[in-house]
Amino acid sequence: MMLISCPWCGPREEAEFHYGGQAHVSYPEDPSALSDEEWARFLFYRDNPKGPFAERWNHSASCRRWFNVIRDTVTYEILAVYPVGTPKPVIA
Amino acid sequence: MAEQTTVRPTVRRSPLALAADRLADVAAATGGAVSIAEVPFLAQLNLRLDPKGPAADAAGKELGVALPTAAGVAARAGELTIAWLGPDEWLVIGPAGGEGDLEARLRSALGTGHPAVVDVSAQRTVLELSGPRVRDLLAFGCALDLHPRSFSEGACAQTRLAQAQVVLIARESGAFWVLVRSSFASYLADWLIDASVEFTGPQA
Amino acid sequence: MSTQEFRTAQGGRIDRSRPIRFRFDGSDYTGYVGDTLASALLANGVIQTSTSIKFDRPRGIFAAGAEEPNALVQVEAPFPEPMLTATTVELYDGLVACGLGGQGRLSPEPDPARYDSVHVHCDVLVVGAGPAGLAAAAVAAETGARVIVVDERPEPGGSLLGTRETSVLEWATSVADRLRSNPEVKLLTRTTAFGYYDDNFVLAVERRTNHLGAAAPAHRSRERIWRIRARRVILATGAHERPLAFNGNDIPGVMLAGAARTYVNRYGVLPGRRAVVLTTNDSAYEAVFDLLDAGVEIAAVADLRTGGSPVWGPRCAERGVEVLAGYGVADVTGADRVSAVTLAGPDGSRDVAADLLLVSGGWNPVGALYSHAGGRLRFDTDLGSFVPDGCRQAVAVAGAAKGTFGLAGCLAEGAAAGREAVEAAGFTAPADTRLPAADEQPASPTAQVWVLPGDESRQYVDLQRDVTVAEIRRATGAGMRSVEHVKRYTTAGTAHDQGKTSGVLTSGVVAHLLGVDVGELGTTTFRPPYTPVSFAALAGRDRGMLYDPVRVTALHPWHEAAGALFENVGQWKRPWYYPRDGEDMHAAVLRECRAAREGVAMMDASTLGKIDVQGPDAAVLLDRLYTNMMSTLKVGSIRYGVMCRADGMVFDDGTVIRLAEDRFLVTTTTGGAAAVLEWMEDFLQTEWPDLRVHCTSVTEQWATVALVGPRSREVLATLAPTLAVDNASFPFMTWRDTEVAGIPTRVCRISFSGELAYELNVSWWDALALWQAVYDAGQPFGITTYGTETMHVLRAEKGFPIIGQDTDGTVTPQDLGMDWIVSKKKADFVGKRSFARADNHRPDRKQLVGLLPDDGTTLLPEGVHLVAAETVATGALPEPPVPMLGHVTSSYHSAALGRPFALALIRGGRGRIGERVYAPLGDALVPVTITSSVLYDPEGARRDG
Repeated sequence: MMLISCPWCGPREEAEFHYGGQAHVSYPEDPSALSDEEWARFLFYRDNPKGPFAERWNHSASCRRWFNVIRDTVTYEILAVYPVGTPKPVIA
Repeated sequence: MAEQTTVRPTVRRSPLALAADRLADVAAATGGAVSIAEVPFLAQLNLRLDPKGPAADAAGKELGVALPTAAGVAARAGELTIAWLGPDEWLVIGPAGGEGDLEARLRSALGTGHPAVVDVSAQRTVLELSGPRVRDLLAFGCALDLHPRSFSEGACAQTRLAQAQVVLIARESGAFWVLVRSSFASYLADWLIDASVEFTGPQA
Repeated sequence: MSTQEFRTAQGGRIDRSRPIRFRFDGSDYTGYVGDTLASALLANGVIQTSTSIKFDRPRGIFAAGAEEPNALVQVEAPFPEPMLTATTVELYDGLVACGLGGQGRLSPEPDPARYDSVHVHCDVLVVGAGPAGLAAAAVAAETGARVIVVDERPEPGGSLLGTRETSVLEWATSVADRLRSNPEVKLLTRTTAFGYYDDNFVLAVERRTNHLGAAAPAHRSRERIWRIRARRVILATGAHERPLAFNGNDIPGVMLAGAARTYVNRYGVLPGRRAVVLTTNDSAYEAVFDLLDAGVEIAAVADLRTGGSPVWGPRCAERGVEVLAGYGVADVTGADRVSAVTLAGPDGSRDVAADLLLVSGGWNPVGALYSHAGGRLRFDTDLGSFVPDGCRQAVAVAGAAKGTFGLAGCLAEGAAAGREAVEAAGFTAPADTRLPAADEQPASPTAQVWVLPGDESRQYVDLQRDVTVAEIRRATGAGMRSVEHVKRYTTAGTAHDQGKTSGVLTSGVVAHLLGVDVGELGTTTFRPPYTPVSFAALAGRDRGMLYDPVRVTALHPWHEAAGALFENVGQWKRPWYYPRDGEDMHAAVLRECRAAREGVAMMDASTLGKIDVQGPDAAVLLDRLYTNMMSTLKVGSIRYGVMCRADGMVFDDGTVIRLAEDRFLVTTTTGGAAAVLEWMEDFLQTEWPDLRVHCTSVTEQWATVALVGPRSREVLATLAPTLAVDNASFPFMTWRDTEVAGIPTRVCRISFSGELAYELNVSWWDALALWQAVYDAGQPFGITTYGTETMHVLRAEKGFPIIGQDTDGTVTPQDLGMDWIVSKKKADFVGKRSFARADNHRPDRKQLVGLLPDDGTTLLPEGVHLVAAETVATGALPEPPVPMLGHVTSSYHSAALGRPFALALIRGGRGRIGERVYAPLGDALVPVTITSSVLYDPEGARRDG
């Protein structure tokens, strides 16, 4: 049971959160301007790295806020927690 | 062809009305280690607004206490409790029957902008838990650190108790309010009664 | 009744004033309070507990703790429990048990005991209350920090309990007393930490009343799972002694040397009368002397080291104990119990009569929890064992678990670990630590030996799984080079004990057979649980009625009193149908349907999700999330809407009520409420933070009563005299705030049945009063309550899909025949772009259609597949794969149609209307005809009454 630090509520058990997949995949500004291939890439293609991964979490059992984390997919260590809409921090 | 029938008086029923006796029995069964009672029909308003905007100041003035901006804080102003639910969300809890008046007051005080005030009085019901073993009882189902060092009077949290989502508020004299969605209330009451059995006999 | 003839005259930590009667394998015995089942059996001369699972060989008590590989027992009374180890079952009065060769039997009776779990937080968690753990806890607890100490044994002391270190044991007792009296400390005995998870989350199981047998108080939970979140963890889990592989090493009477020592010192039991000792290290000599002093004859010590033990050799000589340096065991004789041991060495071999063969192949630090935590292990060649080598979590290891086997070293290391942990947690440790003086013998190196020369098919590595060296050789001979593969091929290490005695030995044997370095080879992966944990304990309170929360509406007590049967819809309990005397479901549903279509009926619709959406941009948000236009909805009106995910697949549906220019009430499906709210918040917070909108769940603020049928208007009129109910004043898809039966009510004119209908929304608190008033007022009209089954029939007759039943995440609005709900005017909405994808224009997409079984009587099961006529032209299904057209999603008997019907998703379905297809049902092929999905009142003539 991971302990995830909600930027608002502080550390809470993983069971209080919902996972939201890869971060920094924005809804396209104008979907109609995209080719089928570009749209399919937005819909269906996500990274699956071994190691640090920027992903979205929602503190669904509490403040209902979405936020981003960088989590190591091997060790499950959370390396950074940062707000939606801010750039991905550089992890040394 | 509508035919008039006698209008029946409105008889409100709180979500745990039928569990009241079983909840009341807990205090005797546990020798006072834990007491559980529903506090029905409290006024509850959900408040959403920008904590840095003018509406926040206006709300604070109207309620008689500044909206808590720190996570996990429940402020008190007279009979009102204002619990932090999120960075732009509060639950205002007041005496039974006051929701209409409170909503109107807040709406007029907050002005236009885009604050949201929603009457959620019936959305959740309130359980008051007290007694020397109340933290131990909650620890059976709540993953938060409820040690008095971490969660003392005036603390609040939205979290899970057993398998129900709750708002937990630490009250005076070591008591707790547990606010639970009305549809989950009887599940949670059953769970609390079952959990309190541990305190009904000689303790190890 | 036996006389405990192997009990010592005095000594041990048993209470000789409190004898206990118990039964094992049908025979009655006595033991004492403080015994385990194993020690009591040994006291009565019983060493064999079972026969082995594969080869049916006699097997005996081999260890004295959780590492026991052989002595599996089933407790029969007071309550049956399988797969326990005799070495950890505490003796209690009335215990009835039997030996198990392998698997046990679960009780068919429900377990009457209570089980629970507790969340607990601490600054320092110490696992193990042996010398190192207690030293750590003593330091940490003195600072005011919150400390938890868990230990699997009934009393603190750890390995000390099996020794004659009385002065250190006295220290341990006083430390334990101090810990118990400290309000910030929990000292949990009979508690096994069995899993170490992310972020210093440790699970432990406490056996609270098992040892009390039938006297266990009913109010106390029998077992408790402690869910411990610790800032720092200290693992002082000790070490397990390792056996060796040699001929006949599985015969009862072969026992770990340290275990024999524990039986003598802790339980006052002689595991035999005349022992041979086989060792690779000095520790076995402590057993030699303890046994000797207790009256066991030591026939010989075979020390595999050519030089023997420089420290212990001379002492043995003093006591007349023969030490054979460089000797090993060539064979063991005995059928049910050791009778002689053949020793072989530089000067030849000889047979020695003995009833006990004590073995020590070295010690394995217990690294399981450390490995769960992500810690690495490395092989220490001096110690001949795997030791901790770094972990990313906030954990330290102390004592034998770290490979420190001397008592003074364990104490010092524990105290240092306690100090370091508590300071890292922000407390100030006391300046100095008082530790008891402990003798420490200089130890000479352990010989690294795994297998002795002999017949590999008689050399056991895993006693519980009957895995021999020969079998491991088959695995390596088949080309396996990894212990993980060998484990899975041979099953070594997969039994209840998870290889506590056999795991490292397996690695050693594989390394020996392959001629590689055991350190390079490593061990298999340790996974939780460390010891078996009962499912009852893991389930805790979440069983029976509390297994999953039961959500109920405010009307639930009324439905129960009315004799409704209930259906689970997600976590909700919803009335399914209300049978009257003698009615089956079919009859009840036909009656309920007829009432709704021909008279008036009512249903509890409170479970629908409801979300308050308010703010100046509320209409913009809804326009972006629904496929149709919501911004044009007038205040006072209602519109049905569909939401799609970005991939264009239908995700939820419901009605949208415009309360004010800047305020809407959105309803969702019963199961979709939380997901829709989260979906809205997702867009508001991450994609469109500029939108001025707030969304709030009000699902339980409002209770909803559906009033349905051609006479519903009359019932409403009687209850709401001030409401103009005629069609012109109160048209379809509008709402009015009024009083119904004196209760403030929002009345919505919407219909999920095609009939004239209303939904009456009141405060959850007022639901019962409203429902009763409607029910009473409806009596003259024959009002009928109905449940979800009738609701389904009525909606399916109209072709209204249920999202999640008639759809499955691969269905677009167009597939449902709902092109009309997809706006052509809006520049964008979630899902729109996907409708232009080529895949969404395939002519063979599955589309929602109706089905009528040709015989007019067969009710198709939901989920049944459908095949084209040409596929079954021969009159039978072809060989698989059978080309499928689609499947039935909803199927009911229709009172209105007088026949069964179904909805189905069928490839190119709308182009096949009128076509006959077949549903394979058992051996039969049921002919059905594809129709429009709307089977009842296609003109919509009934909705205005």
